[in-house]
Amino acid sequence: MVVLVFYAAVVVGVVSAVVAVSHRNPVVNVLSLVVTLFCVAVSYALLGAEFLAAAQILIYAGAILVLFLFVVMLLNAPEVKSASEPRPFQRAAGLLLAVAAGVGGVALLMGIQVVAPSAQVSGDAQAIGRLLVGPYLFAFEFISVVLLAAMVGALVLVKRKH
Amino acid sequence: MMVTPMHFVIFAVVLFAIGTGGVLLRRSGISILLGLELMLNAANLALVAFGRMHGTLDAQVFVFFVMAVAAAGVAVGLALLVAIFRKRQSIDVDRLNVLRW
Repeated sequence: MVVLVFYAAVVVGVVSAVVAVSHRNPVVNVLSLVVTLFCVAVSYALLGAEFLAAAQILIYAGAILVLFLFVVMLLNAPEVKSASEPRPFQRAAGLLLAVAAGVGGVALLMGIQVVAPSAQVSGDAQAIGRLLVGPYLFAFEFISVVLLAAMVGALVLVKRKH
Repeated sequence: MMVTPMHFVIFAVVLFAIGTGGVLLRRSGISILLGLELMLNAANLALVAFGRMHGTLDAQVFVFFVMAVAAAGVAVGLALLVAIFRKRQSIDVDRLNVLRW
């Protein structure tokens, strides 16, 4: 059962990720990235990180990608098809680097010593919450400052000057 | 047949490579940000899988922080795109050459 769910998530996730980075229409890009992130959430759940699976759907699919969709519709920028569109050398170099990232990553993984899977630890909200307000309290508080700074920065950037 | 955390790491590597391709090959600013999101998610997934191998929860707390920082980064990045679009009427990164030379 777990195997079936995992491979379904992998197939759907990879296909929708390819669509997300290759389709011409930006709305299709954003919506298929939602599907990919949902598959990542399924993987979190299979790994025993239930809290992160919920947070992934709430934060990414619920907030970040809605922000993306909002900006896509706000800008409504047509995909430019300029005369310099085919740049064979740059495209080939980019594709080569992307494939190298994948192949290199897998090759690196082949070399590492795999630690035997330990006993299942439950990543439910209670356990994560105890860590957040315990050893990681300072980081947890500081992240709110980071978010506030980002919010103020975004407001300043889009403010119209009169 | 069993699914080990290593399978999830390989899934994450594949997603990371696809995200890299998106960042390198696309020219629209929004598509580049989408590729970045995909790469961040792949890194998060690998982190959770490695944490599962070691049987600790700290990796999941780190992933939570990465999510928050990614949200902040996307907010600023999209605000930059909106500001650039207002000035240049385009989000094609090839045309953003005012900082060249």
